[in-house]
Amino acid sequence: MTIQFKDESFRGDFTYANSPSNIPRFPFPFPEDEYMYSTNIEPHHAARVGSPFENAFDVDEHYVAEMKDRALVLADDPGRCQALPHMETAGWDFLELVMVSKARDYPDLFKLTMDGGHWHWINKPLQIDDTFTFGDSSTLPCHPMEYIGRQVQGDHAILDQRDGNLWMDAGIITAQADWSLDFDIGMNFFEWHAPVPLAHELGVFQRALKFLLTLPQGQPSRRLNWTLTVNPRLDTSPENYPKWGPDKLTVTPENIGEKVHLRVELQTFWRLPRSNAILFPIRTYLMAMNEVVTQPKWGRRLHRVMRDLRPELVNYKGLSRYHPILVEWLSQFDDGAPTSPGIFPD
Amino acid sequence: MSESLIEESILSRPTYGTLKIVPGLAHYFLADASGAECVIRVVQELPRDMMEKVHILYVPTPGEAALITSLYALGAKRFEHFPTIEEAVSKLGDWLSDAKMGTQLYLAGTEGLVGQGVAKGEACGLDHTAVQCEHRGSLARRVQCVHCKTMIENVTTQPVKCPSCDLLLLVRDHYSRRLAAFQGVCINAEDPSEEIEIKEVFK
Repeated sequence: MTIQFKDESFRGDFTYANSPSNIPRFPFPFPEDEYMYSTNIEPHHAARVGSPFENAFDVDEHYVAEMKDRALVLADDPGRCQALPHMETAGWDFLELVMVSKARDYPDLFKLTMDGGHWHWINKPLQIDDTFTFGDSSTLPCHPMEYIGRQVQGDHAILDQRDGNLWMDAGIITAQADWSLDFDIGMNFFEWHAPVPLAHELGVFQRALKFLLTLPQGQPSRRLNWTLTVNPRLDTSPENYPKWGPDKLTVTPENIGEKVHLRVELQTFWRLPRSNAILFPIRTYLMAMNEVVTQPKWGRRLHRVMRDLRPELVNYKGLSRYHPILVEWLSQFDDGAPTSPGIFPD
Repeated sequence: MSESLIEESILSRPTYGTLKIVPGLAHYFLADASGAECVIRVVQELPRDMMEKVHILYVPTPGEAALITSLYALGAKRFEHFPTIEEAVSKLGDWLSDAKMGTQLYLAGTEGLVGQGVAKGEACGLDHTAVQCEHRGSLARRVQCVHCKTMIENVTTQPVKCPSCDLLLLVRDHYSRRLAAFQGVCINAEDPSEEIEIKEVFK
């Protein structure tokens, strides 16, 4: 399988789009016609050939363009990539996991040769060919987390485990849905989730933390999370809110299909072997409403989910300004027919 | 960010207790004028022979002398006062760099002082169980502008104008112990023409 990497942008002229063949593999996040928080964690087993769950780290047609966008964000704001001093070993754990997984899952794109501590890494799509000594940061151009983080789609937080809690002590976060690594670094699990409404009261975070603290090595888990974004913009950080906030005013009934994007995070959880830290990749997938509704099941279900969304969540997810016209627009794709269970298209 | 002006408190927002001496090899106090009475309250109850273990840093209100006199009269091993929280916290760092296991840190006063004392204690390797905080005085907040990263001291209004980038910031309850600051996020980013009344809310 060879992937055709797209030349596209996530800012400015926003040329990002999904190829027709890429649409059905989108990780649609709603298994039912209504949405409420749940921990919804399942084993990150290989599933469905061609789906984003097939491989440990999904690589798709947007890979090269996303890595270019990451480089732009980091050049503008180096604070998007930070690690507290004790997270060096975890950075190497992360690098190893990604290199070993990608070389195994995409042998035509990535190649890793390990000769004791002497490693040789080839990343064909990004034209990288490097040798280095594993564990020796002086042999890499930057922190191991940043080095590999610039070569893997999605944001990556690395969580230290101590005192019966998880601590956000490192991360490379350039495509976030409105949270700041620079502000949250050093916080524990409850603290960095503090602004999320309702979920604390429902016990969601207590259950999730309990699960994660006992996450074993070699048995990664995953869950989906979602929000909406106007324009296919990856960098919706609070730092740049004045740049992307005004986009919300540009939504009209005429352009909503192309402007509003379903933004899905495929979150996975990996216990790292040397540091005992947890790697938390947050892989973002974007799809315009016009593309979502090409799958009749998704169009119908999305209408029901949006129509019945709790007001607190409409507010928290920042949808208030265009939520009513979105529900109205989506209603034309809901014929009232029942939907099949699960997230995959019919 | 369309949040109501005054949020209910959230889990990252610090909570405070009441200072109480616990067993320790050394006791470090940091207070401002509103917290001075807390220091006097607990230190006064200590036996004289324990004063060798007590170290006090104080940030007086400009022009005020009575509390300086009262704190000095406690007879601590070391007592120093500084005109700003920043200088006092910096001195605390110097003192804690020599501190040994069994050190206890006591912070009393406004949130800005307490927060910066906690961050300094943490940076010096003090376990959070060895730090006690008592909040007194104004609810003024220390706020970080998430956009330009400027620290804004003594914020009493909602929203507050960032003195550096001029954006009008919603002061959230989201709090970083590491920065000892609340988060400020542009309140009218979606529609900069929106006019928002500035009210004094953190008194």
